[in-house]
Amino acid sequence: MSSKARSRSTTLVVFSTAFIVVWLIVAAFPFLWTVWGSFKVEADFFSRTDWMNAVTGPVTQARTGSAFTGAGYHGAWVEQEFWRAAINTLIVTVFVTLISLTFGTLGGYALARSGYRYTFWILMAALVFRAMPHVTLVSGYLLPFFQLNIWGILPTTIIVIVAINQPFTLWMLHSFFLSIPKDLDESAMVDGCSRFQAFRMVVIPVMWPGVITTGLFSFLLAYNDFTVTAMLLSQENQTMVPKIASFLGSTQAEGKVMYAVAAVVSAIAPLFLLVLFFQKQIVSGLTAGAVKG
Amino acid sequence: MPHSTFFKFIAPSLFVMLLFIALPILSVAYQSLFIEHEQILVEVENCGPFGCETELRIDTEAMDRANEESPMGRFNWLGTYANTSHLAFAEVGAIWRDSDGLIPALRAMLNLPFYKALIFTIAYTFIVTPLGMVLGFFVALGVNSIPRLLKGPVIFFSLLPMIVTPLVGSLVLFWMIDSSGVIGANLQLLLNDPQLSLKASPTLTWVTLFLYGVWHAAPFSFVVFYAGLQTVPDDTLESAMIDGASRWERVRFVVIPHLMPLATFIALVQLMDNFRVFEPIIGFSAAANATSLSYLIYNDLRGSETPLFGSAAATSMLTIIGVVILLMPVLIRTWRDFNRKV
Repeated sequence: MSSKARSRSTTLVVFSTAFIVVWLIVAAFPFLWTVWGSFKVEADFFSRTDWMNAVTGPVTQARTGSAFTGAGYHGAWVEQEFWRAAINTLIVTVFVTLISLTFGTLGGYALARSGYRYTFWILMAALVFRAMPHVTLVSGYLLPFFQLNIWGILPTTIIVIVAINQPFTLWMLHSFFLSIPKDLDESAMVDGCSRFQAFRMVVIPVMWPGVITTGLFSFLLAYNDFTVTAMLLSQENQTMVPKIASFLGSTQAEGKVMYAVAAVVSAIAPLFLLVLFFQKQIVSGLTAGAVKG
Repeated sequence: MPHSTFFKFIAPSLFVMLLFIALPILSVAYQSLFIEHEQILVEVENCGPFGCETELRIDTEAMDRANEESPMGRFNWLGTYANTSHLAFAEVGAIWRDSDGLIPALRAMLNLPFYKALIFTIAYTFIVTPLGMVLGFFVALGVNSIPRLLKGPVIFFSLLPMIVTPLVGSLVLFWMIDSSGVIGANLQLLLNDPQLSLKASPTLTWVTLFLYGVWHAAPFSFVVFYAGLQTVPDDTLESAMIDGASRWERVRFVVIPHLMPLATFIALVQLMDNFRVFEPIIGFSAAANATSLSYLIYNDLRGSETPLFGSAAATSMLTIIGVVILLMPVLIRTWRDFNRKV
């Protein structure tokens, strides 16, 4: 900022500040609006007469005696058993993250340390796999899974998401391990360690920053997945995102759209916290791929 | 690293990728050559108090037996690819013969489900990707110039549209632009058109989906460009200024060339992600006016009573061909770079 080349004229400062303010409104307002509105009744949140109703909540006041109501949340979590979906999401995301990272660190480390030509081919294949639309892959699984009778259960979904995650995880950890000096593990091997011992005793202690960053993205991918979970899970095993999609059909018709709104806010909340606590890692992870890949 | 050690390390990762990514592609290719069994009908005589009548019924027992014997269905070779809901050779031929001019012909093509989805998917990919990058670039320029103290919170809110689940994000926007939502209702008032709604016309639906796409895609470009801006050398900027370059010229001739490699990376990632556009179509309930290739496959598998595996597989194969064409320039370039290095 001290450099003269970076100083700005007043008009430009005003203009760019205004632009950023507009962008912030566009980016954040929809979420704040929905979080606020989820504590109102439908007649207020979807008010045809006056949009200010969603802010002040006169109908909510009249019906419940208070300007805020947890009716939507009660309906979604208790009546429609959204808690079940939340538990399933927890199971899926935890296992996907753990398994992806285990496979990914081993594979990424090998790719970063082997000088042979086939590593290039594996990375290229991973890039092509990364580009495959998930739904095309799912249409390949569905029939075999029906026949093997493993459709609809959580373990199947977990391993499928791990596999879909793998190309991205491999690329990210591969470029991360490239940034760890080779000398480190090679000197351990000179001292008599096997490759695996060197990995365990020398590389593992220094790899955590990269692994945590990659883990965040594995978590996000599993958490946000709709395609795989919607097609591979049976009704009672659904995770949050397909559950919300199924709310759309059933509850919207019965005038219970606030259940869906409450469920949506419940699904956003953990992501808010995640960005709040791990903002630095997310930003560095997004850029790591760009700078090194 | 010796081959055997390398293989031991990469085995689990390679195994899941082969089993759940490579094998399904083969499975899809094989499935696309088959089609569901024809319905086996039997004549049943129904005798009631007013005499007897015969009616045709589906023979479920025979159907079950047929499905048991060959669960894939009947062999159809490339028939599924050619039928009306895929490449529709017969219909396309008729359209080109009968319609005069390119525009009416394209309009007629939009009535064929596969081409409708293909055109939307391509339009979405090639409109949302550049617009998202341009918006992200300007946000990065703007954020770069605000006081340091504000940067953290601004980045936090800027990340939200990208981090939030696509289905959830599109629902949040959908409820706002719904005819009784805050934006939709006020637009109706403002334009004095009580009938105005997202579903009113295909154009409006397309524009809404594109806007959603840009909103969802911009944060990624923003973060990457913002990181790139931190590494623009001050010396070059200053010497450009001494040479008399205006602010815009400095951005045009110093900053943008510096960020170019990042832009290629972002374009690659965004093209791949936008080509599989799917969730917003569900979130905005837009399927009547806009469908994508991914949506067609989903609809074949979940929309009808019995999943249409053959049809879904054929669309999947065509989508995979599309992805390979999309990636071709990148693959060729990487291959050349790699050969030069070796």
